[in-house]
Amino acid sequence: MQRAGSVVSRLGSRLQALPSAPCRSLSCAQTKIFGCDRVKLMESLVVGDIAELKPNQGTLSLFTNEAGGILDDLIVTSASEGHLYVVSNAGCREKDLTLMQDKVRELQNKGSDVALEVMDNALLALQGPTAAQVLQAGVADDLRKLPFMTSAVMEVFGVSGCRVTRCGYTGEDGVEISVPAAEAIRLAAALLKNPEVKLAGLAARDSLRLEAGLCLYGNDIDEHTTPVEGSLSWTLGKRRRAAMDFPGASVIVPQLKSKAQRRRVGLTCDGAPVRAQSPILSPEGTVIGAVTSGCPSPCLKKNVAMGYVPYEYSRPGTPLLVEVRRKQQPAVVSKMPFVPTNYYILK
Amino acid sequence: MALRAVRSVRAAVGSLCAISAPSAGCSPRPWGLRAGAVRALRTGPALLSVRKFTEKHEWVKTENSVGTVGISNFAQEALGDVVYCSLPEVGTKLNKQEEFGALESVKAASELYSPLSGKVTEINKALAENPGLVNKSCYEDG
Repeated sequence: MQRAGSVVSRLGSRLQALPSAPCRSLSCAQTKIFGCDRVKLMESLVVGDIAELKPNQGTLSLFTNEAGGILDDLIVTSASEGHLYVVSNAGCREKDLTLMQDKVRELQNKGSDVALEVMDNALLALQGPTAAQVLQAGVADDLRKLPFMTSAVMEVFGVSGCRVTRCGYTGEDGVEISVPAAEAIRLAAALLKNPEVKLAGLAARDSLRLEAGLCLYGNDIDEHTTPVEGSLSWTLGKRRRAAMDFPGASVIVPQLKSKAQRRRVGLTCDGAPVRAQSPILSPEGTVIGAVTSGCPSPCLKKNVAMGYVPYEYSRPGTPLLVEVRRKQQPAVVSKMPFVPTNYYILK
Repeated sequence: MALRAVRSVRAAVGSLCAISAPSAGCSPRPWGLRAGAVRALRTGPALLSVRKFTEKHEWVKTENSVGTVGISNFAQEALGDVVYCSLPEVGTKLNKQEEFGALESVKAASELYSPLSGKVTEINKALAENPGLVNKSCYEDG
């Protein structure tokens, strides 16, 4: 399969080996929200339809502020054990925890039944075309019944109490394993016993998520970008848009109809790799935006990037210029993902 | 590895710039980004064909007032697989320590600084098609 071969060759060059299932420890914060009013709490902070999540189903969502800016991106899973399982960026740990704790207190003061627990777990990402096969050898559950964005608690290679979620940040099939901190190294060592599995570093991760068109909070989205500008309108729940009951709704929802803002787009180009902060110019040479992330794509053998341009330049196929070290080179607005994804979705 | 050939300007005192070998205590991450301390040395003909290193991990080897420049093995390993080389045009005049180009890998871009003053007489055209030569053969073909 083309993607597998490319992942192999890229990680091969990073690691001088031929892995097909990279494994790395993630920089994420994990939290549980308990209580009958946990969904009400979550929905008061995020833009998604959390009430509609099926048991053990998760979704990407966004914390927003009253100005419509994105405070963080996160995954919320409705655990069948009776809590919401929240994974957010460790870089926003203090901010997110304060946000959630303040809301818990506010709702408790109004008599709501809600509580928060910070988890002392590590998160290991096992990603790649053979990730499920590698993991299956160490779990009793049939992983064919764990599709993309679903989650289950199971014993993994002898470590009990692990939550396995079929999701990731690479665009490939794979899982993220939440493991009690004290057992994290033992589990990582058990996974690495399989010669298919190799450790992958941040650069490898960054190149994968860029090829998959996934945002990096702090680079591609931040408190000064709205979900619509960030091309993340799909995270706005259908019910929530109508009810306008999430932070910043009065700013965000009107943007859905208007064409006034800038948009996050994908860019491809040849020549020198394009990286964050490179100016984006119109074909006439006027600066119209900036790159927020970029790297050479090992799979495509081209340079890929994300950046913001005014709405009128955002259609795929639009020719633009990017400036690298004072030289301008042609670029094209491209659809994302740049490399087709391979999520395990049951038809 | 010939990154390019530079003709070194013979300074009035007949000295060559240089060059301290990279110290063992180099930090592993940002190679080539620190300001180099370059001291002038009087040198005799015997030293002219020796490869000398800058603090920014370039090397230069001069012969008949033409200098050949590349990067060290330490540098190419730290950079990872080079995917693109940005080199100056032939004829460009450079001053010592002036930025003249860059090498790009997936994870980083690293600027190149001229170890000498002079004029570019040749660039390694093979690197346009095959930037990986920098990794495979940093002292010869890259």
